[in-house]
Amino acid sequence: MKTYDVIVVGAGPAGLGAAIESGKAGASVLLADENDQPGGQLFKQIHKFFGSHDHYAGTRGFQIGQQLLEEAARAHVEIRLSTRVWGIFEDGTVSACTEDESFRCRGTWLILATGATENSLVFPGNTLPGVITAGAAQTMVNLRHVRPGSRAVVVGSGNVGLIVSYQLLQAGMDVAAILEAAPQVTGYAVHAGKVRRAGVPVLCSHTVLEARGERELEEVVVAQVDGQFRLIPGTEEVIQADTLCISVGLTPRWELAALCGCKMDFCGPLGGRLPLHSETLETTCPHVLVAGDLSGIEEASTALDEGRLAGVHAAAALGLLSTAESAEREREIQSRIAALRQGAFGRKRQTSKEQIWSRYHQHQGGGL
Amino acid sequence: MRIIFIDCPQEIPCNPCQSACAAGAIQVPSLTERPRILPEKCVACGNCVAACPGQACFLIDEEYSETEATIEFPFEFLPVPEQGELREARDNEGQTVCLGRVVEVLPRNRWHGTMVVRLAVPKELVRQVRGMARTAAEAQEEGGM
Ligand SMILES: Cc1cc2nc3c(=O)[nH]c(=O)nc-3n(C[C@H](O)[C@H](O)[C@H](O)COP(=O)(O)OP(=O)(O)OC[C@H]3O[C@@H](n4cnc5c(N)ncnc54)[C@H](O)[C@@H]3O)c2cc1C
Ligand code: SF4
Ligand code: SF4
Repeated sequence: MKTYDVIVVGAGPAGLGAAIESGKAGASVLLADENDQPGGQLFKQIHKFFGSHDHYAGTRGFQIGQQLLEEAARAHVEIRLSTRVWGIFEDGTVSACTEDESFRCRGTWLILATGATENSLVFPGNTLPGVITAGAAQTMVNLRHVRPGSRAVVVGSGNVGLIVSYQLLQAGMDVAAILEAAPQVTGYAVHAGKVRRAGVPVLCSHTVLEARGERELEEVVVAQVDGQFRLIPGTEEVIQADTLCISVGLTPRWELAALCGCKMDFCGPLGGRLPLHSETLETTCPHVLVAGDLSGIEEASTALDEGRLAGVHAAAALGLLSTAESAEREREIQSRIAALRQGAFGRKRQTSKEQIWSRYHQHQGGGL
Repeated sequence: MRIIFIDCPQEIPCNPCQSACAAGAIQVPSLTERPRILPEKCVACGNCVAACPGQACFLIDEEYSETEATIEFPFEFLPVPEQGELREARDNEGQTVCLGRVVEVLPRNRWHGTMVVRLAVPKELVRQVRGMARTAAEAQEEGGM
Protein backbone atom coordinates (compact mmCIF):
# COMPACT_ATOMS: atom_id res chain seq x y z
CA MET A 1 0.00 0.00 0.00
CA LYS A 2 1.35 3.39 -0.95
CA THR A 3 2.04 5.70 1.97
CA TYR A 4 2.03 9.51 1.97
CA ASP A 5 2.81 12.13 4.57
CA VAL A 6 -0.40 13.93 3.67
CA ILE A 7 -3.52 12.88 1.79
CA VAL A 8 -5.81 15.72 0.72
CA VAL A 9 -9.38 15.00 -0.39
CA GLY A 10 -10.84 17.59 -2.77
CA ALA A 11 -8.83 19.73 -5.20
CA GLY A 12 -10.73 23.01 -4.88
CA PRO A 13 -8.94 26.11 -3.61
CA ALA A 14 -8.84 24.69 -0.06
CA GLY A 15 -7.38 21.33 -1.10
CA LEU A 16 -4.91 22.96 -3.47
CA GLY A 17 -3.78 25.40 -0.76
CA ALA A 18 -3.26 22.54 1.70
CA ALA A 19 -1.38 20.40 -0.81
CA ILE A 20 0.83 23.30 -1.92
CA GLU A 21 1.88 24.30 1.59
CA SER A 22 2.63 20.79 2.83
CA GLY A 23 4.30 19.84 -0.46
CA LYS A 24 6.46 22.97 -0.45
CA ALA A 25 7.70 22.07 3.02
CA GLY A 26 8.83 18.70 1.68
CA ALA A 27 5.92 16.39 2.52
CA SER A 28 4.87 13.67 0.10
CA VAL A 29 1.33 14.62 -0.85
CA LEU A 30 -1.55 12.90 -2.62
CA LEU A 31 -4.36 15.19 -3.77
CA ALA A 32 -7.47 13.31 -4.92
CA ASP A 33 -10.55 14.76 -6.63
CA GLU A 34 -13.58 13.08 -8.13
CA ASN A 35 -13.74 15.44 -11.11
CA ASP A 36 -11.83 15.09 -14.36
CA GLN A 37 -10.17 18.43 -13.77
CA PRO A 38 -8.79 19.95 -10.59
CA GLY A 39 -9.82 23.35 -9.20
CA GLY A 40 -13.21 22.60 -7.61
CA GLN A 41 -15.52 25.56 -8.02
CA LEU A 42 -12.75 27.75 -9.46
CA PHE A 43 -12.90 26.34 -12.98
CA LYS A 44 -16.55 27.30 -13.31
CA GLN A 45 -15.85 30.91 -12.45
CA ILE A 46 -15.24 33.11 -15.46
CA HIS A 47 -15.73 36.32 -13.49
CA LYS A 48 -13.07 38.34 -11.70
CA PHE A 49 -12.69 37.56 -8.03
CA PHE A 50 -12.99 39.70 -4.99
CA GLY A 51 -10.49 39.69 -2.18
CA SER A 52 -7.05 41.19 -1.91
CA HIS A 53 -4.07 41.08 -4.19
CA ASP A 54 -2.69 38.17 -2.08
CA HIS A 55 -5.82 36.25 -2.98
CA TYR A 56 -5.44 36.85 -6.72
CA ALA A 57 -8.36 39.30 -6.60
CA GLY A 58 -9.24 40.93 -9.89
CA THR A 59 -8.19 37.68 -11.63
CA ARG A 60 -10.80 35.43 -13.20
CA GLY A 61 -11.55 32.27 -11.19
CA PHE A 62 -10.35 29.72 -13.73
CA GLN A 63 -7.07 31.61 -14.13
CA ILE A 64 -6.54 31.47 -10.35
CA GLY A 65 -7.05 27.70 -10.66
CA GLN A 66 -4.34 27.50 -13.33
CA GLN A 67 -1.88 29.46 -11.17
CA LEU A 68 -2.56 27.17 -8.20
CA LEU A 69 -2.02 24.07 -10.33
CA GLU A 70 1.38 25.38 -11.39
CA GLU A 71 2.24 26.00 -7.73
CA ALA A 72 1.12 22.47 -6.87
CA ALA A 73 3.30 21.01 -9.63
CA ARG A 74 6.32 22.91 -8.30
CA ALA A 75 5.57 21.51 -4.82
CA HIS A 76 5.65 17.93 -6.30
CA VAL A 77 2.05 17.21 -5.35
CA GLU A 78 0.68 13.98 -6.85
CA ILE A 79 -2.77 14.80 -8.22
CA ARG A 80 -5.19 11.97 -8.96
CA LEU A 81 -8.31 12.98 -10.85
CA SER A 82 -11.58 11.12 -11.44
CA THR A 83 -10.80 9.56 -8.08
CA ARG A 84 -13.49 9.49 -5.43
CA VAL A 85 -12.52 8.85 -1.83
CA TRP A 86 -15.21 6.60 -0.36
CA GLY A 87 -13.78 5.21 2.82
CA ILE A 88 -11.61 6.19 5.74
CA PHE A 89 -10.82 3.42 8.20
CA GLU A 90 -9.87 3.25 11.85
CA ASP A 91 -6.30 2.23 11.03
CA GLY A 92 -5.89 5.44 9.03
CA THR A 93 -6.16 3.93 5.56
CA VAL A 94 -8.09 5.68 2.86
CA SER A 95 -10.04 3.93 0.10
CA ALA A 96 -10.67 5.53 -3.24
CA CYS A 97 -12.00 4.40 -6.58
CA THR A 98 -11.75 5.43 -10.19
CA GLU A 99 -13.87 4.22 -13.14
CA ASP A 100 -12.04 0.90 -13.17
CA GLU A 101 -10.19 0.34 -9.93
CA SER A 102 -10.42 0.75 -6.20
CA PHE A 103 -7.27 1.26 -4.20
CA ARG A 104 -6.16 1.92 -0.67
CA CYS A 105 -3.42 4.15 0.62
CA ARG A 106 -2.29 5.48 3.93
CA GLY A 107 -1.53 9.03 5.03
CA THR A 108 0.02 10.25 8.26
CA TRP A 109 -2.17 13.32 7.97
CA LEU A 110 -5.53 13.57 6.30
CA ILE A 111 -6.86 16.95 5.13
CA LEU A 112 -10.52 16.99 4.11
CA ALA A 113 -11.47 19.77 1.68
CA THR A 114 -14.61 18.32 0.15
CA GLY A 115 -16.42 21.63 -0.38
CA ALA A 116 -20.19 21.93 -0.34
CA THR A 117 -23.42 20.80 -1.99
CA GLU A 118 -26.16 23.12 -3.16
CA ASN A 119 -29.43 23.40 -1.27
CA SER A 120 -32.69 22.76 -3.10
CA LEU A 121 -36.26 23.98 -2.65
CA VAL A 122 -39.45 21.98 -2.42
CA PHE A 123 -42.39 23.13 -4.58
CA PRO A 124 -44.77 21.45 -7.04
CA GLY A 125 -43.00 20.78 -10.31
CA ASN A 126 -39.45 20.99 -8.96
CA THR A 127 -38.55 17.72 -10.67
CA LEU A 128 -39.49 18.97 -14.16
CA PRO A 129 -36.63 19.03 -16.66
CA GLY A 130 -35.39 22.61 -16.73
CA VAL A 131 -35.41 23.07 -12.96
CA ILE A 132 -31.73 22.98 -12.00
CA THR A 133 -29.35 24.37 -9.41
CA ALA A 134 -27.28 27.47 -10.09
CA GLY A 135 -24.11 25.38 -9.93
CA ALA A 136 -25.45 23.03 -12.58
CA ALA A 137 -26.30 25.97 -14.82
CA GLN A 138 -22.78 27.30 -14.33
CA THR A 139 -21.17 23.96 -15.12
CA MET A 140 -23.24 23.75 -18.29
CA VAL A 141 -22.47 27.21 -19.68
CA ASN A 142 -18.92 27.74 -18.47
CA LEU A 143 -17.40 24.26 -18.51
CA ARG A 144 -19.41 22.32 -21.07
CA HIS A 145 -20.41 25.30 -23.22
CA VAL A 146 -24.06 24.36 -23.57
CA ARG A 147 -26.99 26.61 -22.73
CA PRO A 148 -29.51 25.02 -20.37
CA GLY A 149 -32.32 26.88 -22.18
CA SER A 150 -33.16 30.28 -23.61
CA ARG A 151 -34.98 32.12 -20.81
CA ALA A 152 -34.33 31.65 -17.10
CA VAL A 153 -35.76 32.60 -13.75
CA VAL A 154 -33.21 32.55 -10.92
CA VAL A 155 -34.21 32.01 -7.29
CA GLY A 156 -31.91 33.70 -4.76
CA SER A 157 -30.11 37.05 -4.91
CA GLY A 158 -26.98 36.04 -3.01
CA ASN A 159 -23.66 36.50 -4.79
CA VAL A 160 -23.93 33.08 -6.42
CA GLY A 161 -27.41 33.80 -7.82
CA LEU A 162 -26.32 37.23 -9.09
CA ILE A 163 -23.10 35.95 -10.67
CA VAL A 164 -24.77 32.96 -12.29
CA SER A 165 -27.48 35.25 -13.73
CA TYR A 166 -24.79 37.45 -15.22
CA GLN A 167 -23.04 34.42 -16.72
CA LEU A 168 -26.29 33.12 -18.24
CA LEU A 169 -26.66 36.51 -19.95
CA GLN A 170 -23.08 36.26 -21.17
CA ALA A 171 -23.88 32.84 -22.61
CA GLY A 172 -26.66 34.48 -24.62
CA MET A 173 -29.68 33.55 -22.50
CA ASP A 174 -32.33 35.91 -21.19
CA VAL A 175 -32.96 36.13 -17.47
CA ALA A 176 -36.60 37.09 -16.92
CA ALA A 177 -36.19 37.78 -13.19
CA ILE A 178 -34.24 37.03 -10.04
CA LEU A 179 -36.53 36.20 -7.11
CA GLU A 180 -35.53 37.05 -3.54
CA ALA A 181 -37.70 36.20 -0.53
CA ALA A 182 -35.95 38.77 1.69
CA PRO A 183 -36.99 42.43 1.35
CA GLN A 184 -33.56 43.34 -0.06
CA VAL A 185 -30.82 41.86 -2.22
CA THR A 186 -28.62 39.60 -0.09
CA GLY A 187 -25.49 39.63 -2.30
CA TYR A 188 -23.15 42.57 -2.93
CA ALA A 189 -24.67 45.76 -4.38
CA VAL A 190 -22.00 45.89 -7.09
CA HIS A 191 -22.98 42.41 -8.36
CA ALA A 192 -26.68 43.38 -8.29
CA GLY A 193 -25.84 46.55 -10.24
CA LYS A 194 -24.22 44.52 -13.01
CA VAL A 195 -27.30 42.36 -13.69
CA ARG A 196 -29.77 45.22 -13.27
CA ARG A 197 -27.93 47.37 -15.79
CA ALA A 198 -28.12 44.45 -18.18
CA GLY A 199 -31.91 44.56 -17.84
CA VAL A 200 -32.66 41.87 -15.26
CA PRO A 201 -35.24 42.82 -12.60
CA VAL A 202 -34.54 41.63 -9.05
CA LEU A 203 -37.94 40.97 -7.45
CA CYS A 204 -37.50 41.24 -3.67
CA SER A 205 -40.11 39.77 -1.28
CA HIS A 206 -40.91 37.21 -3.99
CA THR A 207 -40.73 33.45 -4.04
CA VAL A 208 -41.41 30.58 -6.41
CA LEU A 209 -44.72 28.76 -5.95
CA GLU A 210 -44.79 26.26 -8.75
CA ALA A 211 -43.02 25.09 -11.87
CA ARG A 212 -45.38 24.12 -14.68
CA GLY A 213 -45.04 22.43 -18.03
CA GLU A 214 -46.25 19.52 -20.07
CA ARG A 215 -43.03 17.53 -20.37
CA GLU A 216 -40.51 20.17 -19.35
CA LEU A 217 -40.55 23.57 -17.73
CA GLU A 218 -42.69 26.12 -19.57
CA GLU A 219 -43.69 28.64 -16.90
CA VAL A 220 -42.94 29.59 -13.32
CA VAL A 221 -45.60 30.78 -10.88
CA VAL A 222 -44.22 33.38 -8.46
CA ALA A 223 -45.83 35.34 -5.63
CA GLN A 224 -45.04 37.97 -3.04
CA VAL A 225 -44.28 37.21 0.58
CA ASP A 226 -44.57 39.44 3.66
CA GLY A 227 -41.94 40.20 6.31
CA GLN A 228 -42.48 36.79 7.91
CA PHE A 229 -42.11 35.05 4.53
CA ARG A 230 -45.85 34.29 4.44
CA LEU A 231 -47.48 34.21 1.06
CA ILE A 232 -49.61 37.24 0.16
CA PRO A 233 -52.71 35.78 -1.53
CA GLY A 234 -53.69 37.28 -4.85
CA THR A 235 -50.13 38.30 -5.79
CA GLU A 236 -49.46 35.27 -7.98
CA GLU A 237 -47.91 35.94 -11.37
CA VAL A 238 -46.82 33.66 -14.20
CA ILE A 239 -43.43 34.08 -15.87
CA GLN A 240 -42.60 32.22 -19.09
CA ALA A 241 -39.28 30.41 -18.75
CA ASP A 242 -37.66 27.13 -19.79
CA THR A 243 -35.00 27.21 -17.07
CA LEU A 244 -35.36 27.71 -13.33
CA CYS A 245 -32.08 28.06 -11.42
CA ILE A 246 -32.18 27.48 -7.69
CA SER A 247 -29.50 29.33 -5.78
CA VAL A 248 -30.51 29.22 -2.13
CA GLY A 249 -27.28 28.47 -0.33
CA LEU A 250 -24.81 25.68 0.23
CA THR A 251 -24.33 22.98 2.86
CA PRO A 252 -20.86 21.62 3.76
CA ARG A 253 -20.11 18.13 2.40
CA TRP A 254 -19.50 16.63 5.83
CA GLU A 255 -20.03 12.92 5.09
CA LEU A 256 -16.35 11.91 5.01
CA ALA A 257 -15.60 13.92 8.14
CA ALA A 258 -18.46 12.17 9.93
CA LEU A 259 -17.17 8.84 8.67
CA CYS A 260 -13.78 9.56 10.29
CA GLY A 261 -15.58 10.11 13.57
CA CYS A 262 -15.08 13.88 13.72
CA LYS A 263 -17.49 15.48 16.17
CA MET A 264 -20.12 17.43 14.26
CA ASP A 265 -21.59 20.80 15.09
CA PHE A 266 -24.32 23.02 13.66
CA CYS A 267 -23.98 26.64 12.59
CA GLY A 268 -26.69 28.25 10.43
CA PRO A 269 -24.69 31.23 9.15
CA LEU A 270 -21.88 28.88 8.01
CA GLY A 271 -24.21 26.55 6.10
CA GLY A 272 -25.50 24.10 8.75
CA ARG A 273 -23.88 20.84 9.80
CA LEU A 274 -20.08 20.90 9.83
CA PRO A 275 -17.15 19.29 11.66
CA LEU A 276 -16.13 21.00 14.90
CA HIS A 277 -12.68 22.53 14.40
CA SER A 278 -10.03 24.85 15.85
CA GLU A 279 -8.43 28.07 14.55
CA THR A 280 -5.77 25.91 12.91
CA LEU A 281 -8.36 23.55 11.38
CA GLU A 282 -7.83 20.58 13.73
CA THR A 283 -10.87 18.36 14.21
CA THR A 284 -11.67 16.18 17.22
CA CYS A 285 -9.94 13.31 15.35
CA PRO A 286 -6.18 13.32 15.74
CA HIS A 287 -4.37 13.72 12.38
CA VAL A 288 -7.51 14.84 10.53
CA LEU A 289 -7.78 18.49 9.44
CA VAL A 290 -10.55 20.25 7.51
CA ALA A 291 -10.57 23.38 5.33
CA GLY A 292 -12.67 25.46 2.95
CA ASP A 293 -16.42 25.29 2.47
CA LEU A 294 -16.47 22.03 4.47
CA SER A 295 -15.50 23.97 7.60
CA GLY A 296 -18.12 26.66 6.90
CA ILE A 297 -19.39 28.23 3.69
CA GLU A 298 -17.34 31.34 2.89
CA GLU A 299 -15.50 32.17 -0.33
CA ALA A 300 -12.62 30.93 -2.42
CA SER A 301 -10.15 33.35 -0.82
CA THR A 302 -10.84 32.12 2.72
CA ALA A 303 -10.97 28.51 1.46
CA LEU A 304 -7.54 28.87 -0.12
CA ASP A 305 -6.01 30.39 3.00
CA GLU A 306 -7.68 27.89 5.33
CA GLY A 307 -6.20 25.17 3.15
CA ARG A 308 -2.78 26.79 3.36
CA LEU A 309 -3.12 26.97 7.14
CA ALA A 310 -4.00 23.28 7.35
CA GLY A 311 -1.05 22.45 5.09
CA VAL A 312 1.35 24.42 7.31
CA HIS A 313 -0.09 22.74 10.40
CA ALA A 314 0.47 19.27 8.94
CA ALA A 315 3.98 20.12 7.72
CA ALA A 316 4.94 21.46 11.16
CA ALA A 317 3.52 18.38 12.89
CA LEU A 318 5.56 16.20 10.52
CA GLY A 319 8.69 18.07 11.64
CA LEU A 320 9.22 19.63 8.20
CA LEU A 321 8.94 23.21 9.47
CA SER A 322 10.55 24.62 12.59
CA THR A 323 8.28 26.00 15.28
CA ALA A 324 9.41 29.52 14.43
CA GLU A 325 8.83 29.04 10.69
CA SER A 326 5.39 27.56 11.11
CA ALA A 327 4.35 30.16 13.70
CA GLU A 328 5.32 32.97 11.33
CA ARG A 329 3.56 31.38 8.36
CA GLU A 330 0.45 30.76 10.45
CA ARG A 331 0.36 34.34 11.69
CA GLU A 332 0.70 35.69 8.18
CA ILE A 333 -2.11 33.50 6.80
CA GLN A 334 -4.39 34.09 9.80
CA SER A 335 -4.11 37.85 9.48
CA ARG A 336 -5.11 37.61 5.80
CA ILE A 337 -8.12 35.47 6.73
CA ALA A 338 -9.09 37.89 9.50
CA ALA A 339 -9.06 40.76 7.00
CA LEU A 340 -11.56 38.85 4.84
CA ARG A 341 -13.91 38.40 7.79
CA GLN A 342 -14.41 42.10 8.45
CA GLY A 343 -17.02 44.55 7.22
CA ALA A 344 -20.78 44.28 7.20
CA PHE A 345 -20.72 40.98 5.26
CA GLY A 346 -17.77 39.33 7.02
CA ARG A 347 -18.43 40.02 10.68
CA LYS A 348 -21.14 37.39 11.03
CA ARG A 349 -18.80 34.75 9.66
CA GLN A 350 -16.08 35.85 12.08
CA THR A 351 -18.33 35.58 15.14
CA SER A 352 -19.73 32.25 13.92
CA LYS A 353 -16.20 30.89 13.47
CA GLU A 354 -15.25 32.09 16.96
CA GLN A 355 -18.21 30.18 18.40
CA ILE A 356 -17.12 26.99 16.62
CA TRP A 357 -13.52 27.39 17.83
CA SER A 358 -14.59 27.92 21.41
CA ARG A 359 -16.94 24.92 21.32
CA TYR A 360 -14.02 22.89 19.93
CA HIS A 361 -11.80 23.90 22.84
CA GLN A 362 -14.59 23.21 25.34
CA HIS A 363 -15.03 19.78 23.84
CA GLN A 364 -11.32 18.97 23.85
CA GLY A 365 -10.79 20.45 27.32
CA GLY A 366 -13.79 18.58 28.64
CA GLY A 367 -11.80 15.36 28.36
CA LEU A 368 -13.74 14.25 25.26
CA MET B 1 -10.46 65.72 -19.14
CA ARG B 2 -11.20 62.11 -18.18
CA ILE B 3 -11.32 61.56 -14.45
CA ILE B 4 -11.93 58.64 -12.10
CA PHE B 5 -15.35 58.09 -10.50
CA ILE B 6 -16.12 55.16 -8.17
CA ASP B 7 -19.51 53.89 -7.00
CA CYS B 8 -18.72 51.13 -4.49
CA PRO B 9 -21.26 51.58 -1.70
CA GLN B 10 -20.63 48.69 0.69
CA GLU B 11 -17.85 47.44 2.94
CA ILE B 12 -16.85 44.34 0.98
CA PRO B 13 -13.51 42.50 1.23
CA CYS B 14 -12.01 43.78 -2.00
CA ASN B 15 -9.18 45.99 -3.26
CA PRO B 16 -8.07 45.28 -6.86
CA CYS B 17 -8.85 48.93 -7.73
CA GLN B 18 -6.05 50.03 -5.44
CA SER B 19 -3.64 47.39 -6.78
CA ALA B 20 -4.47 48.43 -10.36
CA CYS B 21 -3.67 52.10 -9.83
CA ALA B 22 0.04 52.78 -10.23
CA ALA B 23 -0.63 56.51 -9.83
CA GLY B 24 -1.82 56.04 -6.26
CA ALA B 25 -5.16 57.71 -6.91
CA ILE B 26 -7.16 54.96 -5.15
CA GLN B 27 -6.78 54.02 -1.53
CA VAL B 28 -8.40 51.11 0.29
CA PRO B 29 -6.83 51.49 3.74
CA SER B 30 -8.06 48.11 5.00
CA LEU B 31 -9.50 45.35 2.86
CA THR B 32 -13.14 45.90 3.80
CA GLU B 33 -13.11 49.70 3.76
CA ARG B 34 -14.66 51.52 0.84
CA PRO B 35 -12.22 52.89 -1.72
CA ARG B 36 -11.25 56.56 -1.47
CA ILE B 37 -10.12 58.50 -4.50
CA LEU B 38 -7.59 61.27 -4.94
CA PRO B 39 -8.81 62.60 -8.32
CA GLU B 40 -5.87 64.99 -8.70
CA LYS B 41 -3.53 61.99 -8.97
CA CYS B 42 -5.56 60.17 -11.63
CA VAL B 43 -3.82 59.94 -15.01
CA ALA B 44 -6.88 58.37 -16.68
CA CYS B 45 -5.03 55.19 -17.66
CA GLY B 46 -8.22 53.12 -17.31
CA ASN B 47 -6.57 50.23 -15.43
CA CYS B 48 -9.01 50.30 -12.52
CA VAL B 49 -12.05 50.38 -14.83
CA ALA B 50 -11.05 47.02 -16.30
CA ALA B 51 -9.69 45.50 -13.07
CA CYS B 52 -12.61 46.14 -10.71
CA PRO B 53 -14.60 42.89 -10.31
CA GLY B 54 -17.66 44.89 -9.27
CA GLN B 55 -17.59 47.10 -12.39
CA ALA B 56 -17.76 50.04 -10.02
CA CYS B 57 -14.89 52.18 -11.43
CA PHE B 58 -15.62 54.60 -14.25
CA LEU B 59 -13.80 57.28 -16.20
CA ILE B 60 -15.93 60.34 -16.83
CA ASP B 61 -15.19 63.16 -19.26
CA GLU B 62 -17.45 66.07 -18.46
CA GLU B 63 -16.04 68.19 -21.29
CA TYR B 64 -16.36 65.76 -24.17
CA SER B 65 -18.33 68.28 -26.24
CA GLU B 66 -20.55 71.31 -25.81
CA THR B 67 -23.54 69.15 -24.81
CA GLU B 68 -22.18 65.69 -24.16
CA ALA B 69 -20.10 63.96 -21.54
CA THR B 70 -18.65 60.45 -21.81
CA ILE B 71 -18.44 57.58 -19.37
CA GLU B 72 -16.25 54.46 -19.70
CA PHE B 73 -17.23 51.11 -18.21
CA PRO B 74 -16.49 47.40 -18.78
CA PHE B 75 -18.84 45.62 -21.15
CA GLU B 76 -18.81 41.81 -21.17
CA PHE B 77 -21.58 40.81 -23.59
CA LEU B 78 -21.82 39.93 -27.26
CA PRO B 79 -22.35 41.28 -29.83
CA VAL B 80 -19.40 43.66 -29.62
CA PRO B 81 -20.91 47.15 -29.84
CA GLU B 82 -20.23 49.16 -32.98
CA GLN B 83 -18.87 52.67 -32.86
CA GLY B 84 -21.68 55.16 -33.39
CA GLU B 85 -24.33 52.70 -32.22
CA LEU B 86 -27.12 53.94 -29.94
CA ARG B 87 -27.80 52.09 -26.70
CA GLU B 88 -29.98 52.67 -23.68
CA ALA B 89 -27.80 54.08 -20.89
CA ARG B 90 -28.77 52.51 -17.57
CA ASP B 91 -28.40 53.39 -13.91
CA ASN B 92 -27.63 50.93 -11.11
CA GLU B 93 -31.30 50.05 -10.63
CA GLY B 94 -31.55 49.07 -14.27
CA GLN B 95 -33.65 52.13 -15.20
CA THR B 96 -32.97 53.68 -18.58
CA VAL B 97 -31.52 57.16 -18.04
CA CYS B 98 -31.29 58.25 -21.68
CA LEU B 99 -29.94 57.09 -25.01
CA GLY B 100 -26.18 56.99 -25.30
CA ARG B 101 -23.86 56.81 -28.31
CA VAL B 102 -20.93 54.40 -28.37
CA VAL B 103 -17.91 56.56 -29.20
CA GLU B 104 -15.13 54.08 -28.52
CA VAL B 105 -14.77 50.32 -27.96
CA LEU B 106 -11.49 49.39 -26.32
CA PRO B 107 -10.69 45.81 -27.31
CA ARG B 108 -10.48 42.92 -24.92
CA ASN B 109 -6.81 42.22 -25.49
CA ARG B 110 -5.95 45.57 -23.98
CA TRP B 111 -6.86 44.56 -20.41
CA HIS B 112 -6.71 40.82 -19.72
CA GLY B 113 -9.86 39.98 -21.63
CA THR B 114 -12.10 42.86 -20.54
CA MET B 115 -13.72 45.06 -23.15
CA VAL B 116 -14.31 48.69 -22.16
CA VAL B 117 -16.90 50.93 -23.83
CA ARG B 118 -17.00 54.72 -23.90
CA LEU B 119 -20.52 56.08 -24.12
CA ALA B 120 -21.52 59.68 -24.86
CA VAL B 121 -24.61 60.96 -23.06
CA PRO B 122 -26.13 64.39 -22.31
CA LYS B 123 -23.84 66.21 -19.89
CA GLU B 124 -26.34 66.66 -17.09
CA LEU B 125 -27.13 62.92 -16.96
CA VAL B 126 -23.65 61.40 -17.00
CA ARG B 127 -23.41 61.07 -13.21
CA GLN B 128 -26.45 58.77 -13.17
CA VAL B 129 -25.19 56.38 -15.84
CA ARG B 130 -23.43 53.12 -14.85
CA GLY B 131 -23.69 51.00 -17.98
CA MET B 132 -25.74 50.23 -21.04
CA ALA B 133 -28.24 47.72 -22.43
CA ARG B 134 -27.01 44.43 -23.87
CA THR B 135 -28.31 45.15 -27.35
CA ALA B 136 -28.57 48.19 -29.60
CA ALA B 137 -31.57 50.46 -29.19
CA GLU B 138 -34.22 50.35 -31.93
CA ALA B 139 -33.49 52.92 -34.64
CA GLN B 140 -33.88 56.34 -33.04
CA GLU B 141 -33.08 59.85 -34.07
CA GLU B 142 -29.49 60.92 -33.68
CA GLY B 143 -28.74 62.14 -30.18
CA GLY B 144 -31.82 60.46 -28.73
CA MET B 145 -34.47 61.58 -26.28
C1 LIG C 1 -21.27 30.99 -8.71
C2 LIG C 1 -20.19 31.11 -7.66
C3 LIG C 1 -19.42 32.28 -7.64
C4 LIG C 1 -18.43 32.42 -6.69
N1 LIG C 1 -17.68 33.59 -6.70
C5 LIG C 1 -16.68 33.75 -5.80
C6 LIG C 1 -15.88 34.96 -5.79
O1 LIG C 1 -16.07 35.88 -6.60
N2 LIG C 1 -14.91 35.07 -4.87
C7 LIG C 1 -14.69 34.07 -3.97
O2 LIG C 1 -13.77 34.23 -3.15
N3 LIG C 1 -15.43 32.95 -3.94
C8 LIG C 1 -16.42 32.75 -4.84
N4 LIG C 1 -17.20 31.60 -4.81
C9 LIG C 1 -17.02 30.62 -3.73
C10 LIG C 1 -15.92 29.64 -3.96
O3 LIG C 1 -15.99 29.10 -5.25
C11 LIG C 1 -15.99 28.53 -2.92
O4 LIG C 1 -16.13 29.08 -1.65
C12 LIG C 1 -14.71 27.72 -2.96
O5 LIG C 1 -14.56 27.09 -4.20
C13 LIG C 1 -14.66 26.67 -1.84
O6 LIG C 1 -13.47 25.93 -1.97
P1 LIG C 1 -13.32 24.46 -1.48
O7 LIG C 1 -11.97 24.03 -1.90
O8 LIG C 1 -13.66 24.40 -0.05
O9 LIG C 1 -14.45 23.62 -2.22
P2 LIG C 1 -14.69 23.29 -3.78
O10 LIG C 1 -14.13 24.31 -4.65
O11 LIG C 1 -16.12 22.96 -3.90
O12 LIG C 1 -13.84 21.95 -4.00
C14 LIG C 1 -14.14 20.71 -3.38
C15 LIG C 1 -13.73 19.60 -4.30
O13 LIG C 1 -13.75 18.36 -3.59
C16 LIG C 1 -14.27 17.36 -4.42
N5 LIG C 1 -14.73 16.25 -3.57
C17 LIG C 1 -15.71 16.27 -2.63
N6 LIG C 1 -15.84 15.06 -2.04
C18 LIG C 1 -14.92 14.25 -2.61
C19 LIG C 1 -14.56 12.88 -2.43
N7 LIG C 1 -15.19 12.10 -1.54
N8 LIG C 1 -13.57 12.36 -3.21
C20 LIG C 1 -12.94 13.15 -4.13
N9 LIG C 1 -13.23 14.44 -4.34
C21 LIG C 1 -14.21 14.99 -3.59
C22 LIG C 1 -15.37 18.09 -5.15
O14 LIG C 1 -15.81 17.43 -6.31
C23 LIG C 1 -14.67 19.41 -5.47
O15 LIG C 1 -13.95 19.34 -6.68
C24 LIG C 1 -18.20 31.40 -5.76
C25 LIG C 1 -18.95 30.22 -5.79
C26 LIG C 1 -19.94 30.04 -6.73
C27 LIG C 1 -20.75 28.76 -6.76
S1 SF4 D 1 -7.81 55.58 -14.28
FE1 SF4 D 1 -5.70 54.89 -13.86
S2 SF4 D 1 -4.80 56.58 -12.71
FE2 SF4 D 1 -7.01 56.93 -12.68
S3 SF4 D 1 -7.68 55.99 -10.77
FE3 SF4 D 1 -7.91 54.42 -12.37
S4 SF4 D 1 -6.00 53.27 -12.34
FE4 SF4 D 1 -5.65 55.17 -11.20
S1 SF4 E 1 -12.14 46.84 -6.96
FE1 SF4 E 1 -14.18 47.67 -7.40
S2 SF4 E 1 -15.60 46.47 -6.13
FE2 SF4 E 1 -13.52 46.16 -5.30
S3 SF4 E 1 -13.29 47.74 -3.71
FE3 SF4 E 1 -12.46 48.60 -5.60
S4 SF4 E 1 -14.18 49.71 -6.50
FE4 SF4 E 1 -15.07 48.33 -4.96
